[in-house]
Formats: sequence, C-alpha cells, structure tokens
Amino acid sequence: MRKNLNVIAAYSIMMALIILVGIFQSWNIALSIFNLCLISAVMTMGANIQWGYAGLINFGIMGYTALGGLAAVLISVDPVQEAWSAGGFDILMSLWLIIAMVLIIRFILKRFNKSKMRTYSIAVIIISGILLIRFSAEPGIEAIEAVNPAKTGFLGGFGLPIIFSWVVGAFFAGGLAFIVGKVALGLRADYLAIATLLISEIVIAIIKHEDWLTRGVKNVIGLKRPAPYEVDLQSTDWFINLVEKFNSGKLELISNLSDRQAALNQIVIEGSSVFVKLCYSGLFLTVVIILLILTQKALYSPWGRMMRAIRDNEEAANAMGKNVVKQHLLIFILGSAIVGIAGAMLVTQDGLFTPGSYRPMRYTFLIWVMVIVGGSGNNFGAILGGFAVWFLWIEAAPIALFLINFFTAGMSETHAFKIHLIESVPYFRFLMMGLGLLVIMRYRPKGILPEKIEIK
Amino acid sequence: MDFLNALILLLNYIFIPALTYGSQLALGAIFVTLIYGILRFANFATGDMMSFGTMVTILFTWYFQSLGISLGVLPTALLAIPFGIFFMILYMLGIDKFVFKYYRTNKSPPVQLAMVSIGVMFVTQAVVRIIIGPSDQRFFDGEKFIIKAREFKEMTGFNEGLALKSTQVITVLVTIILVSLLFWFLNKTKTGKSMKAYSDNEDLALLSGIDPKKIVMITWIIAGILATIGGALYGLDKSFKPFTYFNNMLPIFAAAIVGGIGNPFGAFLGGYVIAFSEIFLTYAYKKFFIYILPESMEPESLVQLLSTDYKFAVSFSILVIVLLYRPSGIFKGKVL
Repeated sequence: MRKNLNVIAAYSIMMALIILVGIFQSWNIALSIFNLCLISAVMTMGANIQWGYAGLINFGIMGYTALGGLAAVLISVDPVQEAWSAGGFDILMSLWLIIAMVLIIRFILKRFNKSKMRTYSIAVIIISGILLIRFSAEPGIEAIEAVNPAKTGFLGGFGLPIIFSWVVGAFFAGGLAFIVGKVALGLRADYLAIATLLISEIVIAIIKHEDWLTRGVKNVIGLKRPAPYEVDLQSTDWFINLVEKFNSGKLELISNLSDRQAALNQIVIEGSSVFVKLCYSGLFLTVVIILLILTQKALYSPWGRMMRAIRDNEEAANAMGKNVVKQHLLIFILGSAIVGIAGAMLVTQDGLFTPGSYRPMRYTFLIWVMVIVGGSGNNFGAILGGFAVWFLWIEAAPIALFLINFFTAGMSETHAFKIHLIESVPYFRFLMMGLGLLVIMRYRPKGILPEKIEIK
Repeated sequence: MDFLNALILLLNYIFIPALTYGSQLALGAIFVTLIYGILRFANFATGDMMSFGTMVTILFTWYFQSLGISLGVLPTALLAIPFGIFFMILYMLGIDKFVFKYYRTNKSPPVQLAMVSIGVMFVTQAVVRIIIGPSDQRFFDGEKFIIKAREFKEMTGFNEGLALKSTQVITVLVTIILVSLLFWFLNKTKTGKSMKAYSDNEDLALLSGIDPKKIVMITWIIAGILATIGGALYGLDKSFKPFTYFNNMLPIFAAAIVGGIGNPFGAFLGGYVIAFSEIFLTYAYKKFFIYILPESMEPESLVQLLSTDYKFAVSFSILVIVLLYRPSGIFKGKVL
C-alpha cells in the first residue's frame, strides 16, 4: 500500500479534476473528456510497450490510429451492392495481382543469393506490377466512385456490429507494423523515428486519396453505434422513469404540473446524452482494464524481463542467446496493434471517419508527450500521462483565458494587445504542452510515475 | 518546332518549379544536417524554426512597407531578411542556452535530444501562432514576373508560354550564393575546418584545443541564417502559413537523409533529388506526348504516373528505399 501511495494520489487528483469539470462546467463535457482520456490511455499503453519496454521509437502512431479507424468503417458499414457489381471484380483481380507479386518476390528472395541482379529484378517486378495494377484497377475504381458519389461512391464494408472492428483494427495495425518492422527496425533510433513518421504519412495519403475504399476526404458519417441513440432514449419509458427517480427532489420543488413536465423533458434530454457517454465510458474502461492487466502481467513475466534486458543492453542480451530482432519485431507489432484498437475506439465514439483529421501533431507527437510526461516503462504512468495531458489539452484554452484576463486586468477591454491575446487563446495549448514536456524532461526525466524495477 | 514546344513545356512546368522548390528544400536540409553533424540530434523543430524566422521577416517587411521603404522591383522582404536572421539567431541561442545545453553537457543520448526538440517544436509553434496567427500571410511586393507567359509567346512565336517568376530567380540565385559561401567557409576558413573536425571526432577535436562553445554557437548562427533565408524564400514564392512549414519538415528530413545525414553537400543535392522526383512522377505528360508523338499515337489519358495527391508520398517512398539499401545516403562520404 505504502509504495503505491504516489500512484493512488496521482489518480485521485486526476479524477477529482474531472469531477470538478463536471460540477463547474457540465457533466457532458466531463464525460467526453473522460472518454477521450481513456482512448488516449490505450494509445499511450501501445506506445509505452514499444518505448518503455523495448526502447523502440515509433513516430508512426498516427498511421496505426487511422488504420484502426479504417477497420471501424470496413466492419460496420453495410456493403454497397451496386459498387461491388460495378467494380468489385477489377478490385479483386488487383488484389490477386498484389498477392501474386508478393509471392514471386518471396520466391526470388528465397531461391537466389543476394546479388545486384536479384535487387534489379525485384525492382523491375515491383514497378511493372504497380503499373499493371494501375491499369487493371483503373476502370473498376472509376465505376465504383461513380456509384451515387454523394452518398456512397465506395465499396462499403461488411455490415457487422462496430465493436468487432476493435479486434480487426488491432489486426490491421499489427499487419502494417509487421511490414514496417521488417523494413525499418534495423535502423538506428533517430532514423527509425523519422522513417516511421514518414511511413505513417504515406499511409494517411493512401487513406485520404483511395476513395473507392475509404471515401477519402468525403468522410464516412453515421456509423453504427454500440450504444443506444439519444433520440430513442428520450422516448423510452424506463429511461424517463430512471431520470425522474434521480431528480425527484429537484422536481418536487416545482409545483406547477406543466412546468414540472417541461423541466423533466429538459433533464431527460441532458440525461440521455450523459447516459450514452456513460455507456461508452463503460466499454472503454473495460478495454483499458483488460489491457492494463495483460500488460502488467507481461511486464513482470520472464518475457518482460527479457525485453528490459534487451532494452538496457542489446549486445549482452544477444550474447545470452535472445533473438533481439525477432523480439523487437514482436513488440513493435503488439504495441501498434494496441494503438489500432484505440483508433477503432475513437471512430466508434465519434461515429464518423474523417481521414483529413489525422495529423501528426495530434496523433503522434501529443501521444509521445503523454508517454514521456506520464512515465515510460510504467503502465500506470502511461495511462496517467494520457489522462493528464488530454485534460490539459482540452482545458488549456479556459486556463489561458483566465490567466490572460488576470494579467491584463489593468488594460481596457478594447486594448489591441489584449484582444489579440484573447483571439489566440487556442494556441496556448501548444505552449503548455511544449513547456510541460521540457520541464518534465529536465527535472523529472522518468516521468510523473517513474518505472519501478523490483529485484526479488 | 513541336519538339521545342515540348521542351518549353517541360521547362515551364517541371524544371523551373522543381529547381525553385529544390533550392528551398536544400537550404532546410543543410540546416538539419549541420545540427545533426555537430550537435548530434535530429531536430524535429526544423520546420517551426523556419517559420519563426520567416515570421520576423514578415513583421519587418510590414513595418518597412508602412514606412514607405521599398526596393523598387525587388521584394521589400529582402531588406527585412537580415533582421529576421538576427532575431532567429537570438531565439536559437536562447533555446540552446536554456534547453539543449543541459543535455549536451550531460552527454544525453541523441534520442533524448530529439524528444527535447519536440518540446521546442510545440513551444515555437505556439509562439508563431500567438504572434502572427495560423492563417495565410502574403508579404510579396515588387515585380511579380520577369517573363510573362503571354509575352514570351508573342516574342518567340511558340505555342507554349514560359513564365518566369522573380521569386524563382531570386530563390535560385540566393541559394547559389549562400551555399557557395557556406562551402567556402567550411572548407577554407579555420573555424570551418574546426567545425568539421568537431563533427568528425569530438574528443580528438577537444584535445587539439578547439573550443566547443564557439563551435556550437557558430553552428546555431549558420543554422539561423539558413533557416530564415530558406523559410523566407519559400514564403515569398508560395505563401506563409505555419502549418505548411511544419509539414515541410518531412521532405526536408527526406532530403537530408537521402543526401547522407551529416553531409552538407549531400543535403544540398538531396533537396533537388526530392524536388525533381516529386514533380517528375506526379506531372501529367499528356500535352508533352501530344507534341512529340505523331497524331495517330496521341495518348487519351493524362499519362500521369501518380496523382498529385501522392506528391509527399513520393519523397517519403524514396527515403524509405534509400534507408533500406543505403542507410548512409546516396552521397556518402566524409561527414561535414
């Protein structure tokens, strides 16, 4: 108990802050902050597995998040039959071509020894394969995108419940991580950072511009929900009764019957959106707890000890017979898969998929700030980092506004400088993030909750 | 005649824009490479530092314009660039003193310095947005074109026009002058040589009496000059928007690594490699083939290898390929 005191204290402060937001702003805002905190926590857990356990730097978090989101679309949207009949055949043909290409390259790699000839022939196969696929897929893509472009214009998905996409998102992201890991994991740390960052940009470019698959920048809206809809709740009896019971004290104060009914309606409308958010919170919290248990178990297992040994001294671990390359690839895939889950969760919560919104600032660098601030190598620290940084990210604007008003109290309301500052309030969040990261890295380089290694 | 028309078409739409864009990337890439070679970390604040220098230049340009000072046909910004450089260097030295110095003296691993540079990136981004705002700013004045497309057609009688913007000429000229000065400095002067020595082998350089503080300061000064001029030229040619500058960091990194990180000459060429391949692969060659092929063979499609949406993806793919086959870059050689 004693040694976990700082963990308990940090989490109580965090929860108290969110509850304060609920009391002073609204429960709706508090819950939406809480939900995004949970999603951020899943992302930081993924990044923490890679960075904290194994010392692998992955600046491609944005790409895995987007792939998770794509999984949500492909799983939950109903298939567009017309589009399938218009261009499905061409797309499947291209898919076979890609598989054939990969098999041929694998065959060449296995069969022939490394030589210039081999490299060139692989390059020729890749280039001609890409040209071939472009020509064979072109008519299909055009036909698909022409099918009712204002509403669909893409192949659609499988029409399954969206919750399955959380698993599929993990597989998508893990698959990408397998390819990226095969390609880039041999690089030195800072090269790896740059390479993963650029690869994730390529992934985003593809998602943004392959309209037949993702609708691209036209966005996919109105995804199915795992939680009830507000409108349905507002007309359901048990929900109205529940709200009435909760607020009976408040309602009895109003003596006029019609006034009381109006007040009840208002509360039901507010209550319904709080209830929906609570449903999401429950789902997300389950995911976070399951992942936390698994990652904690992994951290203290022989496997976790091996990962730390590899992180702290690669050569020594190699000399002890540990397969460093294989373990690095494995942990790269695991961490990315967790980020993929978070990506699918994010799209599930928003109910829409907007490829244009995936930007490295928000989905890569901010997550890294969370991991570093929270404490790399410590799962509780990473989750706390996700909570604290996301809370600050949202509440930075009100805090900045308060500070500006406080420090410029002597100035008149129309002073140009004051107006300029108040207009630029949204950008103070970058300042707070940056200063926060710099201060933590300088004075507490292991994060708020540093890694604990128990030697028994 | 058709052949010449086709050549002019390529010159107008591929060669001149790529040369300009490449020069802008090259200045940024040399900046990245210098920091990497001497301070030994990947500076993720590159794009935002460039936008800071450009912002100061813009503010001074506006000030001069309000005073009625101008350079006639040349943009006023050229007059403001020295002031931009001055403030940029002050900002960089300040950051170095308060942030990077601590990690340097502690001999922290490069990854930690790269993380710290992310903090600097956030702060710089905030500063720029708070001062000048996130929206597009244009600060170009003076004569816009040296040759207008229509005038060129009338003058020569070709079907294809050739437009030459003054910013393009300024960019290329300034880059040539700046880069030759830089290479002269690095190869011929004593300070430049000591910088090379320091980048080659730090301990040996310290033993031979090279003052590390001086080397670091001069590196930041050169970096400030490159960042401000590179950023201001990009802003003059296109427009200034903080978000674009942040995004430009990615092709700049690609250029620096393709050229072999730590090698300024490689970075210089890397900028052009990236710029030319981006534009070559995403240009629609339909018109070009119409000129050079007989009528019966004229293409119907756009003859475009990749759609322009994938412009950035091209440079990143080149980088990934280079990293796989030659991690030390195309132009590997001795560092600095």
